[in-house]
Amino acid sequence: MTNGSLATVPLALAEGPLLGLPLDRLWFGLVFAVFGTFLFLDGFDFGVGALFATRRTDAEREQLLAAIGPFWDGNEVWLVVFGGMLFAVFPEAYAVLFSRHYLLMFAILGALIVRGLAPEMYEQRHDETWQRWWGRAFVAGSVASPFFLGVFAGNWLFGVESAASAASLLVGLAVVALTVADGAAYLGLKTRGDVRLETRPLGHLAQIAYLLLAVAALLVGSRSSPYVAIGSAPTLGLLGLTVLLAVVHVIAGRAGRHYLAFVAVAGQVYALVALVATLLFPLIDPASGLRIEAAVVSTLALNLTTIGATVLLPLVVTYFVVLYSAFSGPVDEGDNYA
Amino acid sequence: MIDPVIASRLQFAVTTIVHIIFPVMSMGLAPFLIYFTWKEIRTGEQVYEQLRTFWTKIFAISFVVGTVTGIVLEFEFGTNFAAFSTTAGELFGGPLAIEGMMAFMLEATFLGIFVFGRDRVGDVLYMISAVAVGLGTWLSAVWILIANSWMQTPRGYELATENGQPIVTLVDPIAAYANPRFPWMFVHMQNAAVLSVALFLTGTAAYFVWTNRDTEFWRKTMKIGLAVLLVTAPFQAIHGDAYGRHVADTQPQKFAAMEAQYETDSTVALKLLAVPTSLEDITDPHADDLFVVEIPFVASLLASGGDPGATITGLNDMDAERPPVAIVFWAFRAMVGLGTWFIVLAFWGGYRWLQGTLFEDDRLAIAFVGSSVLGIFTVELGWIVTEVGRQPWVIQDVMKTHAGVSPGLSGPEALTTLAGFVGVYTALLVLYWYVVVRLIREDAPTAPPSSNREPTVPEEVVPSDD
Ligand code: HDD
Ligand code: HEM
Ligand code: HEM
Repeated sequence: MTNGSLATVPLALAEGPLLGLPLDRLWFGLVFAVFGTFLFLDGFDFGVGALFATRRTDAEREQLLAAIGPFWDGNEVWLVVFGGMLFAVFPEAYAVLFSRHYLLMFAILGALIVRGLAPEMYEQRHDETWQRWWGRAFVAGSVASPFFLGVFAGNWLFGVESAASAASLLVGLAVVALTVADGAAYLGLKTRGDVRLETRPLGHLAQIAYLLLAVAALLVGSRSSPYVAIGSAPTLGLLGLTVLLAVVHVIAGRAGRHYLAFVAVAGQVYALVALVATLLFPLIDPASGLRIEAAVVSTLALNLTTIGATVLLPLVVTYFVVLYSAFSGPVDEGDNYA
Repeated sequence: MIDPVIASRLQFAVTTIVHIIFPVMSMGLAPFLIYFTWKEIRTGEQVYEQLRTFWTKIFAISFVVGTVTGIVLEFEFGTNFAAFSTTAGELFGGPLAIEGMMAFMLEATFLGIFVFGRDRVGDVLYMISAVAVGLGTWLSAVWILIANSWMQTPRGYELATENGQPIVTLVDPIAAYANPRFPWMFVHMQNAAVLSVALFLTGTAAYFVWTNRDTEFWRKTMKIGLAVLLVTAPFQAIHGDAYGRHVADTQPQKFAAMEAQYETDSTVALKLLAVPTSLEDITDPHADDLFVVEIPFVASLLASGGDPGATITGLNDMDAERPPVAIVFWAFRAMVGLGTWFIVLAFWGGYRWLQGTLFEDDRLAIAFVGSSVLGIFTVELGWIVTEVGRQPWVIQDVMKTHAGVSPGLSGPEALTTLAGFVGVYTALLVLYWYVVVRLIREDAPTAPPSSNREPTVPEEVVPSDD
């Protein structure tokens, strides 16, 4: 069946992938890179949210909220873009993954709703009960979001068909630990005084927890999912890199080299998504055995989305540079969110 | 056992009906905020700074709620409509991906500057942020409406079957994205958003006028809102009339449902009002025992664009599965009725303004207060016409809604999340309402502005007001 339109097809774009590039694999990588960017950027928002539980005074809590205030919304859009890209380029993978983990997806959404709403509500009124409850909601949402996202990533990687497995629960916990390390490293850059001093050791603790949990998840997961090759060169390489970056994070943090410490955590986030991507490859959904080249859309659509992303992503990076430079430097004691 | 198809459809209905409130607020407020910012920078008048600061707060909270409810919708295509997503992903996913990169990114990053950055960045970058945020909200409408309009009037694709699953392939992107419905939908939707916010501004201002607390801030709000209303309200009706003809051409079954036309006929009358004389008949707008007010020939006239003898094909001569006619029929009538009321309201206000008694007429003030959220309500009605009228198709003439639902989804799962959303979204709406009312009560400037010019600037170098 065809349709009403008789306009000619832009032939060149329908014939073959742009510049003959292996676009399906590049997109597979890009989808994970975008997810990694989300996990790195919104990860520190989550981490700051978790660390919010350790702050007792009003001024300190306001300082934490001010540290992420102008940024978190933009950071979260990387998740929306990840979803959109997966949908646009690998619709079948998007459909099977999201519908298979039905309740889990809504758990993620629920957690994100609470996390997004809580700081906004917290600032609306300044009485104690109100702020106590919204503060708790903020912490709960900030811990639950990365946890459920991690479980989802674990289910995806290990091809779990039920709600969760032991291995994917471990991935969930590992991701929570990683975001706490991320948040503490970010606060090292964005705050001064007690907040910075007291959150740093917590970040280092989370760092150690992350390493242990990630290795445990891999060991447990590889038993049920034989393609998860923990002994392979890329896996060992990325694990080695992660350990190295963890050491850099702790040493740099102690030496007051906050920027370096932050970059070391960011590196670990990207190492994690790279690890998941290499372990999956060449499958995009191990549970159904779906391969990358079988899930990808047709050439014309792929080329168009590629052109769109090539033009738009550099612009997006520019927006982030403008935003982060407009609010560069640490937040002061008196700064607040609204 | 509850059917996963019904539960999924209900859930999608609930979640979109809630989501759209917030984009309407932000898309509608955007042009006002750009104007306030521009005037503030150009004239230095404090009232514009107040207007910008205050309405930005409403914008910010709307944006946050719009974000969290929007992500839900994007995920729902995968969770609840997996078969639809697999079939149409190639055409439908592209606009969503581009929307994220082009619109949401622009909006969400510059919003940080726009909300928190007045003291941190210069006037130029601040003005750019205002425009970027506004542009972002409108660009997201472009892409999401491209996706939706393609479901109404699909073009530019080919349909194949892979492993028993129908797959839509993109063959002509221009025909697909610039499909016949898109321009209609975009213009009608964006004008509706601005109109709805104009009603909201006028309505809140009228409340303060009515209760005799009308500072310059509220008077200005009311005048600006009313001026915009005077343009957008008549335009919406004129545009909607032509839009109806386009729907009759492209989706005859939907049009027949809007008119509750069961039999094929020529010289069809337009039923202005059909009041059931027995309660059961509410669900059947074409029941015999109705009290009907009709204008002869007008339905034919509308559908054909000028021929009172034109034939309208009735529902009985179409697909055996038809949309729930009562919902479509009544929603359409309510939209048109309210649209007419907004025009009356605009002219009434305009007349008082000309007379110089805009702030003295209590009845006018009450009418404005009562209509402040009716614009948003009307947007919901319009969308119900559009989406329910499209049934049984999820993609017109290509895929039926029941075939689009995720194959593995069970009734209890779908029911669990549906119940969850009803609870969470009710709470969300209550909170949003509470916060907005609180902001209006407590944060709006109540004292008159202290001075109109920035005192430190010497008189000679102040640019003239325009
Ligand atoms: C303030 C809101 C508002 C007002 C006053 C009106 N509309 Fe509307 N209408 C909408 C808001 C809206 C909308 C934004 O909700 C819809 C849903 C989809 C769309 O494109 O716009 C819509 C859809 C919509 C459709 C099409 C549906 C489809 O795509 O299937 C028609 C034929 C009309 N409208 C006609 C009218 C007429 C004749 C009006 C006369 C006064 C009118 N509208 C006023
Ligand atoms: C925001 C304004 C919108 C509102 C209020 C709205 C309302 C609704 C309603 C009431 C239904 C249920 C119809 C039924 O099952 O009888 C529905 C279904 C649906 N809508 Fe919308 N809609 C909106 C916008 C959109 C947009 C922009 C898209 C696509 C990009 C979309 C895609 C769908 C899909 C896929 C379904 C489910 C399948 C179906 O039931 O037809 N909607 N919507
Ligand atoms: C049913 C289909 C829809 C889907 C899947 C959808 C998806 C989304 C998503 C994912 C977001 C969050 C973006 C962010 O993180 O900033 C969002 C917000 C937004 N959506 Fe929707 N949306 C739908 C309907 C609509 C419609 C019909 C409009 C307007 C015509 C619209 C306009 C907006 C705007 C302006 C925002 C920005 C947030 C705000 O201003 O409140 N959306 N939407």
